[in-house]
Amino acid sequence: MITLEHVYWLSGLMMAGVAIVNATDKTNPRRINNTAFWGIYAITFLVGTHLPDLVNGFLVIGMVLFASVRGLGQGKRESATLEERNASANRWGNKLFIPALAIPLVTVAGTIIFKRISFNGSPVVDLKQVTVISLALATLIALSIGMAMLRPPVFAPIREARRLLDAVGWAAVLPQMLAALGALFAVAGVGTVVSGLAQRWIPLDNSVVVILTYTLGMAIFTMIMGNAFAAFPVMTAGIGLPLIVHRFGGDPTVMAAIGMLSGFCGTLMTPMAANFNIVPSALLELPDENAVIKVQIPTALLLLAANVLLMNLFVFPR
Amino acid sequence: MWLVLPVIGLLEHAGLKERARSLVAGLRGASTSRILLAYFAVRQITAALGLTSLGGHPQMVRPLIAPMAEGAAENRYGALPDKVRNRIRAHSAAVDNVALFFGEDIFIAIGSILLIKGFLDQNGIHVEPTDLAVWAIPTAICAFVIHCTRLFLLDRSLAAELEREKAEE
Repeated sequence: MITLEHVYWLSGLMMAGVAIVNATDKTNPRRINNTAFWGIYAITFLVGTHLPDLVNGFLVIGMVLFASVRGLGQGKRESATLEERNASANRWGNKLFIPALAIPLVTVAGTIIFKRISFNGSPVVDLKQVTVISLALATLIALSIGMAMLRPPVFAPIREARRLLDAVGWAAVLPQMLAALGALFAVAGVGTVVSGLAQRWIPLDNSVVVILTYTLGMAIFTMIMGNAFAAFPVMTAGIGLPLIVHRFGGDPTVMAAIGMLSGFCGTLMTPMAANFNIVPSALLELPDENAVIKVQIPTALLLLAANVLLMNLFVFPR
Repeated sequence: MWLVLPVIGLLEHAGLKERARSLVAGLRGASTSRILLAYFAVRQITAALGLTSLGGHPQMVRPLIAPMAEGAAENRYGALPDKVRNRIRAHSAAVDNVALFFGEDIFIAIGSILLIKGFLDQNGIHVEPTDLAVWAIPTAICAFVIHCTRLFLLDRSLAAELEREKAEE
C-alpha cells in the first residue's frame, strides 16, 4: 500500500537534490547556508518519522539558525532569458499546457479511482491521504510527460525546483512551524481562557450579543491559531453550545456551519495561516509578504458581517 | 505540495508563463477582471463538488492564472509598473483562497464538515453532514457576490492607478 510516508521520501529526495545543487553553485555567496537549510529539511522528510520528537525539534531549530544567521542567499538566475523563453513558448505553443494541466486532472482522477479499486482486498493507497498521494503521483506523471516532450538535461527539473524553492526561502517551512505553534496554544489552554473572559465580561443575556461573540470569536481565535479547525471546538464548547444552543434554543447545524465559515473569514486575514497567505506571496515574488492578506481583508470583513446576519436570521427556529 | 515545483519550473523554463500571456493576447475582450472572475467561478464550483485539487498556488496561480491576469492588463495598457503588477498577482492568489474556502464546505466529505460532525457527536448532538453542507450555501453565495463585485471593479481601479502612476512621472 502507498502511504504518506512514501510521499515524504519523494519530497525528501527532492529537497536533498535541491541541497546538492545549492552546494555546487559558486554564484551564491551564502551557498553553505542554503545547502544546510534544505539538507536538514531533506532529513526531516526522509527519516523524521523514525526520529524522537526532541531530535526533530532540534533539526527545525537548526534550520531556523541557518535561515537567520546571515540568512539564505540566491544564486544568479541560471534559467533561460526572456528571449529564450519567448522563442521556446512559440515553438511549443499550447502543448506546454499539457503537463501543467495533467497535474490537477490526474490528481482528481486518482482520488476517484483509488477509492474504488483494491488489490487482494486491500486498497492500493492509504485512503485517508488519497488526495496528497494522488497529487504526488500526478506530479510524477506530469514530469514524465514534460521530460519526454521537452527533452531537457536529466537534472534540469531539480535545478528548476531549486530556483523556485530559493525564491520561497524560509517561508517554505513556516506552515509546519506555525501549525506546531497553534497546537501549543491549544495545549496551553488559550481557548478556555478566551471563553472564560468572554463569559465574564460580555453581557451574554442577549441573543444578538451571543451570536456576535461566537462569530467574531471564531474569526479572531482563528487568526491567533492560524486554523479554524483549532478554534471551532474551543469556541463551540465555550460559547456556541452552552449559550446559542442550550440557553437560546438555536439550531446546532446552522450554528456550526456558519460558525466554521466565520472562522474561515479569519483565515483570510492572518499570517499564521502561512500556506494560504504567506507562501503564495513568496511564490509570486511579491516584495510585501502580507500583500495577499491585504487584498483579502475587505472580502473577509464583509463576509464576516454577512455571516453574523445569516446566523441572526436562521439560527433560531420560528 | 512542493513536489509540483520540478515540473512547474521545467515548464516555466520552456516558456509556460509567456505562452499563458500570449494566449490571453489572442482573446478579444479579455481583461484582468474577467480572467479572475472566470477562475473564481470555476474554482468555487469545482471545490463545491469536492474537486479541491483543481487549483492551488504553485500549480495553477503562479504558472497560469497570474501571467494571464497580468497579460490581459499589459494588452490594454502596455508595460505595467511593479506596483500594479504586484497588485494583480496578489489578487490572483486571493481568488484561489476565497473561492476554495467558501466552495469546499458545500461538499459533504470535506474535513471541516467531518470535524463539526465529530465534535457535535461527542457532545451528544447528532447532525447530518448533508444539512451542514446545505447551510454552507448561503455564505458561499455571499462570498461569490462580495468577491466577484470587487473583482468586477478591479479593472477600473487598475486603470485609475495607472493614470495616477503616469501623472506622477
